[in-house]
Amino acid sequence: MIEPYQGAKLERLTADAATVLARYPEQPRSALLPLLHLVQSEDGYVSPDGIAFCAWTLGLTTAEVSAVATFYTQYKRHPNGEYTVGVCTNTLCAVMGGDAIFEELSEHLGVGQDETTSDGAITLERVECNAACDYAPVMMVNWEFFDNQTPASATSVADRLRAGEPVAPTRGASSVCSFRAMSRVLAGFPDGRADEGIGAGGPTLAGLRLAKEKGWHAPTQPERPDAETGHDPSKEA
Amino acid sequence: MAITLTPVLTARWDTERSWTLDAYREAGGYDALRTALAMDPADVVAAVKSSGLRGRGGAGFPTGMKWGFLPAPDGGPRYLVVNADESEPGTCKDIPLLLADPHLLIEGAIITAYAIGCHHAFVFVRGEVLHVYRRLLAAVQQANDAGLLGSDVLGSGYDLELTVHAGAGAYISGEETALLDSLEGLRGQPRMKPPFPAVAGLYGRPTVVNNVESIACIPSIISGGADWFRSMGTEKSTGFGLFSLSGHVTRPGQYEAPLGITLRKLLEMAGGVRSGHTLKFWTPGGSSTPLFTAQHLDVPLDYESVAAAGSMLGTRALQIFDDTTCVVRAITRWQEFYAHESCGKCTPCREGTYWMKQILARIEHGRGTTADLDTLLDVCDNILGRAFCALGDGATSTVTSGIALFREEFEAHVTGGGCPFDPVASAAFDYVPRGARTDVKAMSGSGAGTVLR
Repeated sequence: MIEPYQGAKLERLTADAATVLARYPEQPRSALLPLLHLVQSEDGYVSPDGIAFCAWTLGLTTAEVSAVATFYTQYKRHPNGEYTVGVCTNTLCAVMGGDAIFEELSEHLGVGQDETTSDGAITLERVECNAACDYAPVMMVNWEFFDNQTPASATSVADRLRAGEPVAPTRGASSVCSFRAMSRVLAGFPDGRADEGIGAGGPTLAGLRLAKEKGWHAPTQPERPDAETGHDPSKEA
Repeated sequence: MAITLTPVLTARWDTERSWTLDAYREAGGYDALRTALAMDPADVVAAVKSSGLRGRGGAGFPTGMKWGFLPAPDGGPRYLVVNADESEPGTCKDIPLLLADPHLLIEGAIITAYAIGCHHAFVFVRGEVLHVYRRLLAAVQQANDAGLLGSDVLGSGYDLELTVHAGAGAYISGEETALLDSLEGLRGQPRMKPPFPAVAGLYGRPTVVNNVESIACIPSIISGGADWFRSMGTEKSTGFGLFSLSGHVTRPGQYEAPLGITLRKLLEMAGGVRSGHTLKFWTPGGSSTPLFTAQHLDVPLDYESVAAAGSMLGTRALQIFDDTTCVVRAITRWQEFYAHESCGKCTPCREGTYWMKQILARIEHGRGTTADLDTLLDVCDNILGRAFCALGDGATSTVTSGIALFREEFEAHVTGGGCPFDPVASAAFDYVPRGARTDVKAMSGSGAGTVLR
């Protein structure tokens, strides 16, 4: 159910848009990508009203806004599910099992690429490399990391999402948020969850742990003159 | 002395709440900023020049020289844009850095902005990493509250705003001029060069675009000095870098080492290729770099040596594939990626990747001919050096090198009427395949447009 852009909704969005625009004092048009995320956070996709709102806010035509919205894969032209479940099927993840995970999920959910389950819970996608190759095969749920997946773990995540249970990514917030909540963060409105979750997973720390175990380190940095006092330890007698 | 790992960028990643300002300061964070602010900006540029640091985003252009290309100040704005749009297949270094240690990037960005006379800097982070964007937003807020950003940074009189901007899903936005168009609210398509961003970049003003890892090196160069930085790496490829091992390797992950380390040494550190298997092929720097095989295990991973051996150091994205992997499947999938991500601006790339994807798919599924191999090489010849930006060139890398190294395997798909490999054998888990892959279209994604016969 998409409410028209009027009344309280329009007021709220206009205020949010002003906050976004303030980040780009040199050129308002730089706000277009965050504004498109913002309208997705309202409507669950880039709706015709959303496009008109962006155009009106920035003094562009709707054609100019549509041209941008259709260029980027994160902007949805149809109402998205509550959760985008994206399986990386770029080469490395595909070979490591991503293809099998996608096939299993597709069969399990009864939907194909870029289709949404009938309950509106999940939109299934093949995604490109998401910079987590050392955790392959990788699945993203609303762009949170689910590392080292198997067909069984992936279908379990999907089932729990559809049942409305809180589901925690392996690296990310303590539970995945909705597509709309995610879109609002991507528009630049913090949700206060930055301190949730871990800093680094196992593979991220693989080299550091080995270095510590072996006593390896970079060469020690020379002491430098103190910037404030001008004291230079290298000139001590 | 034997070459070892040298954690500098990675050194704090295992600390408690490593992403917070408190943890970063506890480990000496922002001391380099104080040092830099007491220096003349030109001396900061000179220090980075003399460190020999080369861009860590793939191209390897000397960072200090890039800064030095900015024209003399004319009173108008100058910009720093940090490229955090990490999307090259296999590349997975900047995203974990930002998740674990966002203040390292922010400190580097402040020092860089100070050096080039910039008062509004941007971090362009890909939109598909929600938690990284959360951490960056929070870190910038903390830095603002602590007087590290905003007006009068640390009482120095220097002002800097830092805006973190989320992209929306487009590999091409990692190309520096496409990134600038994207940041200006346009379709992310590359610009004609010259003029280079140093002269006419963001909003037509002098702009430096640097990769996350390049910027993250800056604080340690300021605190340790250029000579310290140069004491690692090789003469022309100085310093340390993140080597990202992925795929069929026992302990995949981030290994920070001096440039010039070999894959043989890195594999030894990572526990070797997956047990019971041997190395078949690998990418030294992501999917846009020509493939290497076991015969390249001892190539020093520095810019010059990798280039001399016929590939590119790129982003040190070491994707490891063992003997169970079908090279045709691997290359076909990469080509689908390039076709999907081609921005459509120039004909060689738009049409070339589209047709190569289809030719490769029919070869993979046993419907190709041996003449298709020559067609592929001919298409590559028509893209390489003729595309508008490096995306097109990159799309040809694994095709030409793959056919050169594994021509018999391509031919076996043609003569054998299909793929001789079992995909189950190369997966990280055991599973029962869901029937034969009869529907090529379904495997290639709905938009792939694979030719079916």
